[in-house]
Amino acid sequence: MRISERMKENVTSWLFLLPSLIFLIMFTLYPMIKTAYLSFFQSDLSTDKPIFIGLKNFKMMMEDEVFRKAFINNIWFAIGTIPTSVALGMVLAILVNRKIKGSALARTFFFYPVVIPMVSAAFIWLFFYTPEYGMINKLLTLFGAGELNLLGNSSTVLIAIIVMVIWKEAGFFMIFYLAALQNIPKDLIEASHIDGASKWIQFRKIVFPLLMPTTIFSFVIATTNAFKTIDQLVVMTQGGPNNASNLLLYYIYESTFRFMDYGKAAAATIVVLVIMVVIAAIQFFGTDRKIHYS
Amino acid sequence: MNRVINLSTHVLAILWALPLFGIIYMAFKDTKVEGFSVTIHNFIEAWNSAPFAQYYLNTFIIVIGILAVQLVTITLAAYVFARMNFVGQGIVFLLYLVQIMIPIELLIFPNSSTIAQLGIYDTKLAIMIPYFISAFGIFLLRQTFKGIPYELEEAAKMEGCNRIQTIWHVYVPLAKPTYIAFGLISVSGQWSNFLWPLIITDSDSNRPLTVGLAMFAKASDSGAQWGVVAAATLFVILPLLLAFFLFQRQFISSFMHSGIK
Repeated sequence: MRISERMKENVTSWLFLLPSLIFLIMFTLYPMIKTAYLSFFQSDLSTDKPIFIGLKNFKMMMEDEVFRKAFINNIWFAIGTIPTSVALGMVLAILVNRKIKGSALARTFFFYPVVIPMVSAAFIWLFFYTPEYGMINKLLTLFGAGELNLLGNSSTVLIAIIVMVIWKEAGFFMIFYLAALQNIPKDLIEASHIDGASKWIQFRKIVFPLLMPTTIFSFVIATTNAFKTIDQLVVMTQGGPNNASNLLLYYIYESTFRFMDYGKAAAATIVVLVIMVVIAAIQFFGTDRKIHYS
Repeated sequence: MNRVINLSTHVLAILWALPLFGIIYMAFKDTKVEGFSVTIHNFIEAWNSAPFAQYYLNTFIIVIGILAVQLVTITLAAYVFARMNFVGQGIVFLLYLVQIMIPIELLIFPNSSTIAQLGIYDTKLAIMIPYFISAFGIFLLRQTFKGIPYELEEAAKMEGCNRIQTIWHVYVPLAKPTYIAFGLISVSGQWSNFLWPLIITDSDSNRPLTVGLAMFAKASDSGAQWGVVAAATLFVILPLLLAFFLFQRQFISSFMHSGIK
């Protein structure tokens, strides 16, 4: 009786998992294995069937000027967006968490960029950045400054995109910090107030440490975002000028759909996957289990 | 000091709002006359020069289709992980965790070839199918299910409910806030999806709004057309913004909910 019941529970479990497991295997697990496999083969327009070439794809990729640029750009992009948008998220949360006139409206304005699609955000900022018609240039000419083509200049294009992404993301982290701030016991703050601690000491000794789990969580999300979102590049720069705004996923996108070099696309995908696994490992081993998913 | 902080809050809020007001201004501005006069001409022209009604319909079908399937798959999987014991549990659980680690967006290259092999390139199904499971949703819901008293399940069993009936009558109603949170995040996320549908579609009858907007803007690539492109951008974001402004509390608490594990 007990054995047959356990058997039944096993069968039911697998039956219930089946619908999600099929799609999980098809679009997450199988493609990862396939990519790893393909990365050892030459597979492009010149080959009928994939030819085994060992690590040559990786070697060629490392020698590829464009890949190196996309890799370095992506690191700068990560450095430019992650700490700033997380820190800004914290600041914004502290600002709107105070009961002042208009704080609800301010919260709305900080959060709406999170809700709109990245593509439309890209178009909105395109209007800002474009020379001649763009609003930033109109302002500059108003003050008598010269024309500035932010997206057309390889020394400013990445910064321009970073600014836009910070604008889009900060509100997202603000929400996490708001939730955390509201969970801080009020008597803790009051006690320190009675002890005569200044606001700054209060923040440094009580609030900031208590926000640490949120900070780590936000850092992980922001890091993943820095590698997985390239919609804005398709709209604003196509990776240009001169690959100055090319990022890894955009490189994969172009290798796949423009140059049809599947071996290279596979190798580059592996690089990004390894980065993701490293981030996950840091999160898993380096942080409190409480903020982990399990 | 407090005054300075209050002021900086307001200044930052205005800075954040500027892009929105900027695009509204551009969409309503009559480019043919000097200075500013309000016109809806840009909207009419945008609507008439690309099949936006079709794009809206496509986006609706895609977003609803994904959510409908997700609700079924995440409910069943979340229940198993919350309440059942089976052989291989540990490994399967890890497999689902992989999807949290590796976002599906990074797998555009292998997944697009899978779609081609399945012979469903340029269909709405191709846009939807990778998203039919959401590991994020499963873990979110599992957490809620675990918090539901086990006595309720036992009571349902006593009444003669089988597993499916128990899930339907006990777990689903009690997890309503989680479903709403997940639904809002899923819908707004899929409404915004761009790169995958861009890759996997090739005709207006399947393109969602985001891709339609990009195609339309590419076709009208000159400064004089900008009011029209601004109007088209508003087509894409308006439903989301309206929903957000109307159900703001719900939106914000949903996103908050998703962050605390």
